[in-house]
Amino acid sequence: MTALQLYGITASFGGKRVLGPLSLSVEPGERIALVGKSGAGKSTLIRLLYQEALGPVAYVPQELGLVQSLSVFHNVFMGRLNERSSWYNLATLVKPFKRDRDEIEPLLGQLGIGEKQWSPVASLSGGQRQRTAIARGIYSRAPVLLADEPVSALDGPLAHVVMGLLRESFGTSVIALHDVELALRYSDRIVGILDGQVALDEPSERLSETDILPLY
Amino acid sequence: MPSSPTVRVSFLFIAIAFGCLLFADMAITATNPWLDLGRFFMGMVTPDFLSIEGLYTAVLRTVAFAFTGVALGSLSGFLLSLVYRFRAVRLFCAFIRAIHELFWALIFLQFFGFHPLTGVLAIAIPYAGIFAKVYSEILDEADPEPRKLLPFGTGIVSAFFFARVPDCWLQLRTYTSYRLECGLRSSAILGFVGLPTMGFYLESAFSQTHYSEAGALLLVFYVLIATIPIWVRPKLLPVYVLSAPFFLGDGMPIVWGNVTRFFTEDIVPSPIRNSEGFGSLMSWFGDLMVHSALPGIWNTLILTQIALVTTGLIALAAFPLISTHFGGPIRRIFGNVFLVVARSTPEYILAYILLQLWGPSMLPAAVALALHNGGIIGHLIGRQSSGIKLRADAPVGLNRYSYELTPRVYRSFLAFLFYRWEIIMRETAILGILGIATLGFYIDSAIQDIRFDRAMILILITAMLNIGIDALSRFIRRKLALQTMPTC
Repeated sequence: MTALQLYGITASFGGKRVLGPLSLSVEPGERIALVGKSGAGKSTLIRLLYQEALGPVAYVPQELGLVQSLSVFHNVFMGRLNERSSWYNLATLVKPFKRDRDEIEPLLGQLGIGEKQWSPVASLSGGQRQRTAIARGIYSRAPVLLADEPVSALDGPLAHVVMGLLRESFGTSVIALHDVELALRYSDRIVGILDGQVALDEPSERLSETDILPLY
Repeated sequence: MPSSPTVRVSFLFIAIAFGCLLFADMAITATNPWLDLGRFFMGMVTPDFLSIEGLYTAVLRTVAFAFTGVALGSLSGFLLSLVYRFRAVRLFCAFIRAIHELFWALIFLQFFGFHPLTGVLAIAIPYAGIFAKVYSEILDEADPEPRKLLPFGTGIVSAFFFARVPDCWLQLRTYTSYRLECGLRSSAILGFVGLPTMGFYLESAFSQTHYSEAGALLLVFYVLIATIPIWVRPKLLPVYVLSAPFFLGDGMPIVWGNVTRFFTEDIVPSPIRNSEGFGSLMSWFGDLMVHSALPGIWNTLILTQIALVTTGLIALAAFPLISTHFGGPIRRIFGNVFLVVARSTPEYILAYILLQLWGPSMLPAAVALALHNGGIIGHLIGRQSSGIKLRADAPVGLNRYSYELTPRVYRSFLAFLFYRWEIIMRETAILGILGIATLGFYIDSAIQDIRFDRAMILILITAMLNIGIDALSRFIRRKLALQTMPTC
């Protein structure tokens, strides 16, 4: 059974076709990196995968979709809003329960934003916001991750920490990355997009940076 | 001659106002208007805080009615805002907010009598209609992205309070606390129809020409409004809201027989009540239209148009007083005091004072409406003009006013002015209670004559007129692409 599947999809923006027609299927356990230059259609493809997904999926879009006035803790907690009763959720807005704090605090610690737990997202830097959205995705415990440039605002070592954590947390993932080195290292299948078409689809171990560069 | 649409619309409204002036009854009829005005100002500078027995009670009741009414209105408005997308709800809200607080009070007085419920509902009902509209507009502005990312199966309550409310919490809070200030003004004027708030004491001080007592009451009222940021704190708010209902006073008990009679007999048109047939009903209605409704509508429209243009002139003349681009700090302090006094004094109280001093005509009403509304708009665009960055070699004086600043604030000035058009009309109708022949005069007379059937029809006509002006104002604002935030 495939985890995610798109067949013959197209996407247009303002009357101009930006993606497709293309087909893509993702098997459970696959870790795919989407590569290609900006504007190639990676974001559109990830969004379509999210819209067509049948089961629970953790989605980290480029614009992150955080609630600016809520704290980091509450934004992360939103990853499991569906699992609790409305009363539990409302009470959490006023005062979070200890067991949720015990679960979220170490996760934020691993991502290096533990001390920001109670700051509103609006007061964070770009990289801290990105990690908040990633924490929300991990906290949701969905089996599949769809992420669009999740580490674009993080510097070298931190990007590796976050990518490693994502690999640990999700069995199946499709991650758009513009950093070729990260793509090769944290995926087992590379899908290259050029002008809205799949121009490359190979296991990562058979590829090197020079094979991918023509896409840019 | 080339001109922009905003300029053409402005001239059109000025021309209409001049036309209205030909028909308006503008006069000073008092024998000694300036002497009285002088004595009133002497009263303001020699306030007598000790001789009013009820000063403390007046303040307490005014605050208690404001808090209870606004809290109830805010809660009901919030619930209504959740279903505001339904046309029936929108129409219902437009209708209840088109009827002024004082008219609601006059209605409830007829069957609840001087029970605290009369004052609370008079504020809560129209405020609920306004809150519903503004809350739903604010909630619509919330960032839609977080909602799209919620895990599948999230309940609507959780989704609403996590992904929608927090994003606009600040605006909701700011608007509600701003409305509280409006609520204090509404509460104060309820005293003029006999409820135990400040207006009641002000009216009795004036009628006995105790100007020092009136001055004291007004000064206390300004201090109350000006110090809102100090005594209204988020932490104290629950305390105020929960304790306010216990400080409304006892009033008189409700006679439930009166309530039944009001709805089943009093407001039923008399020809129907007395089974006099259709012909009789038609002549009853015709008489009501010719002798009350049409003259009332005519006078309300005339006064509204004059007051609207005068409001605009005062706002444009007053905004430089507080703008940082003119004058020094001393001029700005005086400008601020003038504008705070103008906008904190309800137009009803201003009109009442001016009528006492100048005698009955449209003039005191027009001046009162223009001072209050001009004060509000002047304050808003003055503050906006201070935010404008001028080049270092910008012209000074009149050239700076007419070439640099006024053109830049003119669009938002017009937006505020047209937004307040409907508010000015609602107030114009209400000022009739003071004896100017607008709709409120005919409504008040019908109630005095215990002809509630006629009063109810006239109140409905007033509401329809307000809804019509509101629609026209929104049409003009949309045509001119003017945007604004709500004011009260």
